[in-house]
Amino acid sequence: MPRYPLNSAAARGWWHCHACGLLCRGVDERPGTAAVCPRCGAEVRARKKRSVEYAWAFLLAAIICYLPANLLPIMETVMLSGTQSDTIMSGVVFLWQSGSWPLALVVFIASVLVPLLKILAMLLLLVTVQCRSRWAPRQRTRLYRLLEAIGPWSMLDIYVVALLVSLVQLQSLASIKAGPGAMAFGAVVVLTMLSAMCFDPRLIWDPIEVNDDRQA
Amino acid sequence: MMSNRKNSTHHHAKTACHECDLLQVLPVAVTQNVVCCRCGALLHRAPGDQPQTSLALVLATLFVFALANVFPVVGLEVGGVRTATTLLGTVSQLMHQDMLPVAMLVLFTGVLLPGIELLALLYLLLPLTLGRVPHGFPRVMRAIQMLHPWGMVEVFLLGVLVSLVKLAHLAQVHPGIGLWSFFVLIVLLATSASRFDAALLWERYEACRAIR
Ligand SMILES: [Zn+2]
Ligand SMILES: [Zn+2]
Repeated sequence: MPRYPLNSAAARGWWHCHACGLLCRGVDERPGTAAVCPRCGAEVRARKKRSVEYAWAFLLAAIICYLPANLLPIMETVMLSGTQSDTIMSGVVFLWQSGSWPLALVVFIASVLVPLLKILAMLLLLVTVQCRSRWAPRQRTRLYRLLEAIGPWSMLDIYVVALLVSLVQLQSLASIKAGPGAMAFGAVVVLTMLSAMCFDPRLIWDPIEVNDDRQA
Repeated sequence: MMSNRKNSTHHHAKTACHECDLLQVLPVAVTQNVVCCRCGALLHRAPGDQPQTSLALVLATLFVFALANVFPVVGLEVGGVRTATTLLGTVSQLMHQDMLPVAMLVLFTGVLLPGIELLALLYLLLPLTLGRVPHGFPRVMRAIQMLHPWGMVEVFLLGVLVSLVKLAHLAQVHPGIGLWSFFVLIVLLATSASRFDAALLWERYEACRAIR
């Protein structure tokens, strides 16, 4: 039987329905059991189902895809003078050198920094939750909220590649093809989003008893 | 803590924070956003739009959504050769290049999921404004909630701007009607998302169900 802190709803047998926000009566204290929400009929659990396991699985898959996403070319430009392959980083460098450094910064943040920070932040959250750490729960919850908010923005480069690919089709002069890196990069974005969705932020607060959060 | 106000004249409802599971008491007549006193999660939104207002907004958004997907977003001109593309055009081009997964990702996050979300909202709001409960209301609400994080229209718009700058060195670029429609579209989507009152719809749903 899992133990919940005294001031939590789960300790009093109240479960929050994620579908409609109704507070439902919990059925059983054993983990993995589900109740049915009386208002919307959705499955209600004290904590998300196998949250840590699913989050780890998606995160590990994302880490595996992260290397090809950054090393393989996401775009191949075929010109008269030859073929030029662009990785994500070389795209940023090109923007920087061509003088549009604010845009280089935007692309760098969205495509390089955000995926990396997302992976590191998920690692931090999962490891601290698994050792039932009591360290900075408020900050970790905020980190999780940030993670969910910035998730989609790393799709930026996928859209840029999609647009360039369909615009630059000038038979004799130049044409652009999407590279295998784009596939891996798209996978990283989707997998990190799935990992964050599976994670249950309430697990951060589970080791924290009433006396611990007096200062909060 | 919120529970300190237990003795005031307001009606209270018990609630659990969805991010830290703290059991706390929520005033029923709320006019402002209520946040969790421990972790700061948004527990209850300030009352948003009435279903009629949401419905008008959704209809306007659907119209602009159609414009944004029908008209070209950007055009390119090099030595008399002109190309122009829409969001769907990029999908078909990616499919021609055997990039099916990337094409699907663009199709779903850019067009299909935002479109389905809008249609689902229309399906819910139209009967509710007439005082009827649409068939399968809970499931459609759940679907909207699940689809919402995957709609990435605003990211696509930023992608268009980045592409415009990248291409400006190569050739003459022409922003199309689609691009302006996308600007309007994200403003409308952001407005309706921030004013969308799921709690009110659930109350309406319960009220309508009780009458039947
Ligand atoms: Zn429910
Ligand atoms: Zn909270």
